[in-house]
Amino acid sequence: MFSWELLGDAIVLGVLVGCFYAAVSIGLSISFGLLDVPNVAHPALLVLASYGAWLLGDFDIDPIVAGLLLMPPFFVLGVVLYRTYHETFEKRGSDAGVRGLAFFFGIAFIIEVGIIMAFGVDQRTVQAIYIGKSVEVLDIRIPMRMVVAFAMALLLTLALTLYLSRTFLGRAIRAVAQDEAALRLMGADPIAIKQWAFGIATAVVALAGALLIIVQPVEPTLDRAYIGRTFCVVVMAGLGSMSGTLLAGIILGVAETIVLTLFGASWAPAISFTLLLIVLGVRPQGLFGR
Amino acid sequence: MGGVGRHLGFWIGAAAFVALAFAMALTVRNEYAFFAGFVVLQFIVLATAWNILGGYAGYVNFGTSAFFGIGVYTAVFLLKAVAAPLWIQIGVAALVGAALGLGVGLLTLRLRGIFFSIATVAITIIAETLITNWKFVGGATGVQLLRPPVTEPFDSYIKMLFVIAAVMVVIAVALARYVQNSGLGRGLRAIRDDEIAAECSGVPTLNLKLVACALSGALMCAAGAPSAMYLQFADPVSAFNLNYSVSALAMSLIGGTSHWIGPVLGAILLATTQQLLTVTISSEVNVLVLGVMLVLFVVAAPEGIIGLARRLWRWARRRTS
Amino acid sequence: MGSGRIHRRTAVAGALAAGLALPVRAQQGPVKIGMSMPLTGGLAAGGKSALVGIEVWRDDVNEKGGLLGRKVELIVYDDKSSAAETPAIYSKLLDVDKVDLLFAPYATVPTAPIMPMVKQRDLLLMGNFSFQVNRTVKHDKWFNNAPWGPADSWARGFIDLGMKAGAKTIALIGADQEFAQNLMKIAKDVATEKGVKVVYEQSYPPATAEFSAMVRAIRAARADMVFVCSYPPDSVGLLRAINEIGIGDSVRLFGGGMVGLQFSSVMESMGSLLNGVVNYNSWLPEKSMEFAGTKDFFVKYQKRAGEAKVDPLGYYLAPFGYAMGQMVEQAANATKSLDHKKLADFLRSNEMMTIVGPIVFGPDGERKESATLMAQFRGVVDKNIEQFRNPGKQIILFPEKWKTGELVQPFEKARK
Repeated sequence: MFSWELLGDAIVLGVLVGCFYAAVSIGLSISFGLLDVPNVAHPALLVLASYGAWLLGDFDIDPIVAGLLLMPPFFVLGVVLYRTYHETFEKRGSDAGVRGLAFFFGIAFIIEVGIIMAFGVDQRTVQAIYIGKSVEVLDIRIPMRMVVAFAMALLLTLALTLYLSRTFLGRAIRAVAQDEAALRLMGADPIAIKQWAFGIATAVVALAGALLIIVQPVEPTLDRAYIGRTFCVVVMAGLGSMSGTLLAGIILGVAETIVLTLFGASWAPAISFTLLLIVLGVRPQGLFGR
Repeated sequence: MGGVGRHLGFWIGAAAFVALAFAMALTVRNEYAFFAGFVVLQFIVLATAWNILGGYAGYVNFGTSAFFGIGVYTAVFLLKAVAAPLWIQIGVAALVGAALGLGVGLLTLRLRGIFFSIATVAITIIAETLITNWKFVGGATGVQLLRPPVTEPFDSYIKMLFVIAAVMVVIAVALARYVQNSGLGRGLRAIRDDEIAAECSGVPTLNLKLVACALSGALMCAAGAPSAMYLQFADPVSAFNLNYSVSALAMSLIGGTSHWIGPVLGAILLATTQQLLTVTISSEVNVLVLGVMLVLFVVAAPEGIIGLARRLWRWARRRTS
Repeated sequence: MGSGRIHRRTAVAGALAAGLALPVRAQQGPVKIGMSMPLTGGLAAGGKSALVGIEVWRDDVNEKGGLLGRKVELIVYDDKSSAAETPAIYSKLLDVDKVDLLFAPYATVPTAPIMPMVKQRDLLLMGNFSFQVNRTVKHDKWFNNAPWGPADSWARGFIDLGMKAGAKTIALIGADQEFAQNLMKIAKDVATEKGVKVVYEQSYPPATAEFSAMVRAIRAARADMVFVCSYPPDSVGLLRAINEIGIGDSVRLFGGGMVGLQFSSVMESMGSLLNGVVNYNSWLPEKSMEFAGTKDFFVKYQKRAGEAKVDPLGYYLAPFGYAMGQMVEQAANATKSLDHKKLADFLRSNEMMTIVGPIVFGPDGERKESATLMAQFRGVVDKNIEQFRNPGKQIILFPEKWKTGELVQPFEKARK
């Protein structure tokens, strides 16, 4: 079944899929990578956002516009989540790890079941002009929706990189990640900054969720497939590195499509986790660690 | 302060529990009690096993279902390959679980906190993928199994499974209790409170964690093994169901992780509630209960049921004195 | 009044001494039919629809005065689409609720664990759309309502159609799950037997997001037929990728075993993507499929389905749920008893009249002759559920006796 042509196709497609993986992971790169919050509810929030985009789709709102519209409410949701987490766990100190994890795990579970109760287990899709069409580049027909996801991923990474390096708040967020105590000495409130950053991370998830439903049909338990992918990308990237997230996403995307093309799709779900385990075992600070 | 008396009390209680289970199996004819009871006992073993690593050492394992599923498939493999009897299936599953726990520990225990947890999710998915691609044990299609005839003095297989599960509960709880009261438990608690400090003061942290991992893994796999004969069917999706991971974790945290009785109480409470809800409400509410109770408890009652009971006890003592 | 109280007390005593023999009095009560049903989890959409079908039968039979003069009562528990739940549920049904008859849950996985149990207790079990679940257990009181028939008839219908259209090679793709894998294996055997060359074979995991790479590989293999065993999430992904990338002009026939394309919500969301696909089905609103009572049933079903928010069309499962009831009803009326052995003997040796046509069982409890339809989607438009109520949207190509049109090929042309 091997041919150079198929391999070439797989790499091109892998890059596109990889950029999409980066887009759905970048929120986690902030919330977990920079802020050290064990946000295992990230993929569940992602699916929740997809359902939001699907609901808005009934009013003929384009999914990307819907994603943008969902950003403010998701920002608020993120702030509330972080506040709760901080008040109940971070503040109390020592045992925060176990119960903090359990808290987000429980939240993920509640979101999943909540979606099932509200909308049922049926998968949902959206309509848009760029879904179901393709463009031809270098003799390869590429789905338009992947191109859209690719472009959005690049834009998102660029915007966040600039935000974190050029704006005052962005720099403060990075400072919080590196040395909370120093920031407090300088008179800034690290908790307020973290809360803001978690809000932004969650708002980004809203847009990523819209991309998810553009790329594939969404059903309530889809978050499980994305636990591996998102954490793999974030850890491989090195915690909190935006450009690293993009590169790590591409590595995962290419690895998945190549294995899928050459060895068979049955092995695809284990790839992200195997990569993750290798990275954790060999280079826990990530490929592009800070 | 009455150490011997306490030991004696525990073992008398344990013996009485097994004797009761045995007596039930010989006298009660209604089989439903055994079907539902088996599931509850199975969750007590899982929660107790989870707590050895998660509660005492503070390492959150999301991979209970990986161990459980491998236990199920160890039994399936032995049954198909050499038609092994049940006790061999359980014994080998425990050995496989211990080896696997040790392996997982070596691979991941240098990771802390969430990294360890994510790694355990990874192991679940990888294990499920491997089994899905292994045709001998049925692969993705699943496999139907036929029970051998039941041995005396039982008149049905499910009653025998029930008694076996009761014995496994006693073994699991006795192990957890031993760990808790021994130097091992003190070391694990030191790790949970501050791993670096523990290491500096000479606690052999890695070794202790490896022992905890092996014990926990062995018990989880052993709990999975009789499930193959219980269902007489195995498929990867059911065997590696995320529900086992969520339940084991939730039961321990809700019961309270500091004492061996915590996971036991949590498992009895939650598993019984689930069995009751299955035959009463029958809807998504059933699944939601688990998530909501988990979040409520970790936020509002960090010490679980044990913590609540202790507070109540202190309050009552203050009132009387 | 006094006697009523005594009776109640004896009933309570009976329940307390659980396990004692069935009180004789229960014979005068309702006929209890017990089952689990996937009401949550992955199979819930089908389970809910099947249950409404069974409920319509219950109300119909009760309106006529019940079964052997006794009211019919359904006892239903949710098995969460999981195999792990059903043994305890069926034990509860038998040992605590003391049901008179058992229906199986919808689908294979929840049914598999109860097969050994009913065999050990030697009970009648009416199957509900599972696939080859009696193969290893070989229970003689199992009767499946599904139209599948012999295990290979499904793939045979598809491959026969393809060979008639001149196909010589086949590509097989399927999800890594129970049902799809069974189907794929059988399709491979049939292809080999008929001298059709398998040029591509691929399994993929259930959570696969992106099918572009696989569609490219299928196109490169240049198969004449593509036999697909997929589940709803992947069916959409796959057809989308085909729409975008193209599968090549060599393909004459595409589809076969795509689960989900029978459900209203999936058909509605896929819309025009469906055109050209030749897929299996169980019942369709075509002229050749109208039997006694069929029309009445759908009037009642669709009224209820709207209220209960389940599949508004309900063609795939609901009429077969009703047929399960009809078969039990005929057997009970003919034998004047609810004895499982007598019922099973009758079911095994007689032709049953149902709203989905006459049913005759083979020795394994599956249909003696397959009644699985192969139908081609034609002229489907986007976002319109009502269109599927009319004949002509899914032309029946197979079996001959119910045929309502000819195959349009190649696949790419039929999509236009």
